Amino acid sequence: MTSNANGAKAAGAGVQAEWPLYEVFVRGKRGLNHVHVGSLHAADDQMALLHARDVYTRRNEGVSIWVVKSVDIAASSPDEKDPLFTPSNDKVYRHPTFYTIPDDVPHM
Amino acid sequence: MTTTQPAPAGDGAAYLEGFDATIERGDRIEPRDWMPEGYRKTLVRQVAQHAHSEIIGMQPEGNWLTRAPSLRRKAILLAKVQDEAGHGLYLYSACETLGVSRDELTEMLIDGRQKYSSIFNYPTLSYADVGTIGWLVDGAAICNQVPLCRTSFGPYGRAMIRICKEESFHQRQGYELLMTMMRGTDEQRAMVQESVDRFWWPALMMFGPPDADSPNTAQSMAWGIKRNTNDDLRQRFVDMTVPQAKALGVTLPDPDLRWNEEKGGHDFTAPDWDEFMQVVKGNGPCNSQRIAHRRKAWEDGAWVREAATAYAAKSRAVANDQEGAA
Repeated sequence: MTSNANGAKAAGAGVQAEWPLYEVFVRGKRGLNHVHVGSLHAADDQMALLHARDVYTRRNEGVSIWVVKSVDIAASSPDEKDPLFTPSNDKVYRHPTFYTIPDDVPHM
Repeated sequence: MTTTQPAPAGDGAAYLEGFDATIERGDRIEPRDWMPEGYRKTLVRQVAQHAHSEIIGMQPEGNWLTRAPSLRRKAILLAKVQDEAGHGLYLYSACETLGVSRDELTEMLIDGRQKYSSIFNYPTLSYADVGTIGWLVDGAAICNQVPLCRTSFGPYGRAMIRICKEESFHQRQGYELLMTMMRGTDEQRAMVQESVDRFWWPALMMFGPPDADSPNTAQSMAWGIKRNTNDDLRQRFVDMTVPQAKALGVTLPDPDLRWNEEKGGHDFTAPDWDEFMQVVKGNGPCNSQRIAHRRKAWEDGAWVREAATAYAAKSRAVANDQEGAA
């Protein structure tokens, strides 16, 4: 069984193949990132956009929508979480709080 | 990539430990994390049942779309029924992350292997029912759903957050509809009362059987899937609803409903649990009609799904040809 980043199966087990699964990203307003809001099935990209509009933006939740087939998303594996993120764990000097600055120095 | 990964032989204990620790910290489980099979199965059952309820729930109210008394009321009802479809889709998406396909879910609904809320097996006999469903049925749903925003499975919680944001509109439009009727004629007031009399008991049943008869509750709460017991939520619903009924000017059909100072909540009569079991088993007033309607929509829509698939394939082929020619 293959699955996408979101875990869902890529194709149906039924006799007739399901419409592919798409992941939907919405930009809430200008100046913000597109954010993942959910997924839906559609026969093609155009239908995915229309369905995304109807399902995820019924109340002005967005000014722009991205849809991408779930199977096209490459994802890190939860099993490799520790080794994958280890390189950043021991680099505390990357955070501003690592550095002690006297309280009376302004605007720091 | 696999969906929910089976624990490899030998190291299963380590996986379970990691899962338990995540739950213990109050962190969310995400789709590609390892999870016990029982957790996955419980979630599939609960989320699917919830999704099916939203989809079947379109029918009782859809019954009044063409007979709404004004364009304003029709537009509101249409928006509400459309929301229910959206809620069903959010939940189906969440359920699919557990490794079950959308088509399987639909088929399990129409062949009776999965259930939906018993409330939708009651008919909507008068237009006042549209208001009562918004007020009592969606009110009960809100009581159930708000704590589920913190459920331990990430996709389910996220779906619940979206749904709860929209559910408030459902309850308020229903209550406002009833208020409008209560300001009308005696006949309209009687219609509201009659509708409330019919829906009160089924609304209480929406929280499920009493805790003593709900064997899965303890495990679901340990896993953080459920956050409150059925009886706790039912009590919360009654306490919320009593002042709303008073403001509306209707009587809740329970002569033993009264405030209990000692427990800081209302005492009330339990619904007829035999009736509940009958409806759950498929013998409610509308069970067969609801499923027959859903099955018909599914079967009649098959050619549309196939045509769209064929059109998409053809469009892709044309695009590939043009690329090849260029």
